[in-house]
Amino acid sequence: MKPRETTMEVGELKRPRRWHILVFLLPALAVYTAVMILPLIETLRQSFYNTVDGQYTFVGLGNFKVLFGDPRWAADFWNALRNNFVFFLIHMAVQNPIGIALAAMLSIPKLRFSAFYRTAIFLPTLLSFVIVGFIWKLILSPIWGVAPYLMDLVGMKWLFAPWLGRPDSALIAVSLISVWQYVGIPMMLIYAALLNIPDEVIEAAELDGVTGWSQFWKIKLPLILPAIGIVSILTFVGNFNAFDLIYTVQGALAGPDGSTDILGTLLYRTFFGFQLQLGDRSMGATIAAIMFLIILAGVSLYLFVIQRRMRRYQF
Amino acid sequence: MSKARTSFARTGAVHFALIAYTLVALFPVFLTIANSFKSRNAIFREPLAIPTTESFSLIGYETVLKQGDFIGYFQNSVVVTVVSIALVLLFGAMAAFALSEYRFRGNTLMGLYLALGIMIPIRLGTVAILQGMVATNLVNTLTALILVYTAQGLPLAVFILSEFMRTVSDDLKNAGRVDGLSEYAIFFRLVLPLVRPAMATVAVFTMIPIWNDLWFPLILAPAETTKTVTLGSQIFIGQFVTNWNAVLSALSLAIFPVLVLYVIFSRQLIRGITAGAVK
Amino acid sequence: MTRNTIKGLLLASSILGSAGLAHADTTLTIESWRNDDLAIWQEKLIPAFEAKNPGIKVVFSPSAPTEYNAALNAKLDAGSAGDLITCRPFDPSLEVYNRKHLADLTNLPGMENFSDVAKSAWTTDDGKTTYCVPMASVIHGFIYNKDAFDQLKLAVPTTEEEFFAILEKIKADGNYIPMAMGTKDLWEAATMGYQNIGPNYWKGEEGRLALIKGEQKLTDEPWVEPYRVLAKWKDYLGDGFEAQTYPDSQNLFTLGRAAIYPAGSWEISGFNTQAQFKMGAFPPPVKKAGDTCYISDHNDIGIGLNAKSPNAEAAKTFLTWVASPEFAEIYANALPGFFSLNSTAVKMTDPLAQEFVSWREKCKSTIRSTYQILSRGTPNLENEAWVAAANVINGTQTPEDAGKKLQEGLDSWYKPAK
Repeated sequence: MKPRETTMEVGELKRPRRWHILVFLLPALAVYTAVMILPLIETLRQSFYNTVDGQYTFVGLGNFKVLFGDPRWAADFWNALRNNFVFFLIHMAVQNPIGIALAAMLSIPKLRFSAFYRTAIFLPTLLSFVIVGFIWKLILSPIWGVAPYLMDLVGMKWLFAPWLGRPDSALIAVSLISVWQYVGIPMMLIYAALLNIPDEVIEAAELDGVTGWSQFWKIKLPLILPAIGIVSILTFVGNFNAFDLIYTVQGALAGPDGSTDILGTLLYRTFFGFQLQLGDRSMGATIAAIMFLIILAGVSLYLFVIQRRMRRYQF
Repeated sequence: MSKARTSFARTGAVHFALIAYTLVALFPVFLTIANSFKSRNAIFREPLAIPTTESFSLIGYETVLKQGDFIGYFQNSVVVTVVSIALVLLFGAMAAFALSEYRFRGNTLMGLYLALGIMIPIRLGTVAILQGMVATNLVNTLTALILVYTAQGLPLAVFILSEFMRTVSDDLKNAGRVDGLSEYAIFFRLVLPLVRPAMATVAVFTMIPIWNDLWFPLILAPAETTKTVTLGSQIFIGQFVTNWNAVLSALSLAIFPVLVLYVIFSRQLIRGITAGAVK
Repeated sequence: MTRNTIKGLLLASSILGSAGLAHADTTLTIESWRNDDLAIWQEKLIPAFEAKNPGIKVVFSPSAPTEYNAALNAKLDAGSAGDLITCRPFDPSLEVYNRKHLADLTNLPGMENFSDVAKSAWTTDDGKTTYCVPMASVIHGFIYNKDAFDQLKLAVPTTEEEFFAILEKIKADGNYIPMAMGTKDLWEAATMGYQNIGPNYWKGEEGRLALIKGEQKLTDEPWVEPYRVLAKWKDYLGDGFEAQTYPDSQNLFTLGRAAIYPAGSWEISGFNTQAQFKMGAFPPPVKKAGDTCYISDHNDIGIGLNAKSPNAEAAKTFLTWVASPEFAEIYANALPGFFSLNSTAVKMTDPLAQEFVSWREKCKSTIRSTYQILSRGTPNLENEAWVAAANVINGTQTPEDAGKKLQEGLDSWYKPAK
């Protein structure tokens, strides 16, 4: 374990042109730029254009002014942003701690059935949104619902409510469905990081009498902090791009009364249209641009501030 | 003795917690599969019941197999998923190595550039992508899908892999250099095997959105010969009447190939770790 | 791992080699959102057409309804869409035509088989150009469980008062949920609720056109009153109706647990196969006995020609056939509840469908109030009307507030031509 060395700088002097760097980067850069970046730029460019009097013209920041200035657009946008933060906070508070706890338990050496647990817990993550949406609507349905039935068995039926249909509980319910589906992702990443910790470190800790929970808190947790950092930033990015689950469970209008509308659903509805609402590529691209800036801010914060300060250990 | 007992109790508690969560994770999956074997009425009348002789029905599976070439759809899905994962892993690991190993001007910027892709949903580029595919005559080919999925998977792969590659010991690489290994050999022979767990993780993350994607198959390759399973299943989702038997059956069937891929990759994960322990 | 990769690549390239031959010279591809109709096209319509027109093959290629508009527009823009395009009514298709993706079909042979009303959903605002052949309309009303009605000795209601009296009796009896409808999917509340009973209050076309002209407002009594009536439905819906989805409602009714189902005629074929009891239907009850009744007879589906189709001639042959009485007969009977818009009357064999279509004779027809022109801007009136109807039934918004909010939204962009 030691900080990164400066040997490479010596190498730099010896080999002024390091073609291999280009070779390593080129395939990824080529595919990624051609198939993803250029089309996305083409789309984002539309956020500066709109149709004025039947003419498609450059409007500068006009679309952004509409998004934040028009009371209806602004109301929709802030509602979606607020819901999105709630969505994200629920993931951070529920999904990631559960994921870390599961990974910690699974990484206990010689734990029996651990492969089975790991696969079983990851299974929901493999499912398509269609299944997840269908089955949870069925489980939470007040009519055939499995949930009311099970709650009845333990005498808690009175606690049951049509959660997905109530404006005050729908967002929480959908967020928890999403947590259920995606808990496998933090689990996998943390699990990989925990397994990466060399046995010597653990053995040394055990010799010092650090075991069990205190071992986890004092030894392992600091070592997996970078992984937790990745998990957090991936959750952030994933949540602010999320769309499919809410679309399948709550519909394109993200009801009831827009209470589950997040940026992703607002964006798709605007960009691609819905029913009689025509797709508005200009305003859609505008929302996409704002989302991009929000996510970029988060990722930059991570890359330039958190990641730089985080201590990394090499094994 | 007492220590053994506490550890026994602790193991018991761990198993209890894991079993409890496993139930939470599996119960809805179990419901899905159980209901795929039931008649439509039984699905809604008693969703919780396991199929009985009375409610047992293969109608969903029959409908699925009758409607279209589902075996072919499966093949398409597998080809697209596997080839895309392979490309994402190879290209992604190479780029991640370049970013984490070498200091060059614009390194951080390059990292940020490659991460841009996880910040905007690629679906927004649909029209331009489709125009590109039309221009290059790739519409209704699996290549179109593979290209899109490779591009879509790369940002996350680079992001995760470069993080893990930073944990690979410099001493090891420098020892390799002293032994006269080329940079390529260092990458392929020394570094790649060590980040195998991370590669497996990336493979799994890449696989899921590809396998379950409906949008790009619908736009880029809707032809009968290039349909994927997910696209094939949506035929049962109607405007007013959805054939839940068929949807559940098709999607239950679709779980198994990804599950197999997942098990393969998670084996790699374990193997990579044991290999790492011997290093 | 590497070996598998290579295998995969080889497999991929062999498959890629064989793809791309999809289009033979006269194969017509139909883009549609009607997954539900796949079997009918494959088994009845296409064979009937191909038998008469050797040399033209037709492929029906539907996608999920929720993806259809977006996918179709992307494909049209990139030039990879099919030859024939199934048309949604009103603005979504008008927009496609305005972007020059749909061909002008005004002079298509067979177009004379349709009335102006039938063509209205696919005609430009000036009435000059028609760009889709009308296929079918759907009618709103109520389907009821006849066995339940007989058992409780209930007669079919004709007025609003009788309607609520019946609901009250069913509720008092307790064996059935009086009415199967939920508000979770929003559109049930708006379409099966508001647009179903509304025409009786705003007097069908009269009110609808007055709204477009700006002579009436959504805050006026004829438009708010249906919301007030809907608000009273709340007491007669099943437990937890706030989270009840559209398939839930369908199943509640077909499993015999609910007595009345606010319906669209498209439900008929599905209900016929699923319900184990006798069914009947009645039109939306009028306010007072003797009032003229109005029904929503809404143009729902048409079919047009992709302007860039390389097979335009063959496609027109096909469209002319779609405009023929022969097509109308097969289609309307294969899909009871989708009523032909063809001027030649089609003989319906399904009694329930016949019941729905018979209302055309005693009641005045109208289309859904939000569809023509009024849902062109932002905020979208149709979407807002969904939310409003659900809110009103849930009791989270008063009928007056709902009308006010909708009118404000409309005023923000819509300036009626004077």
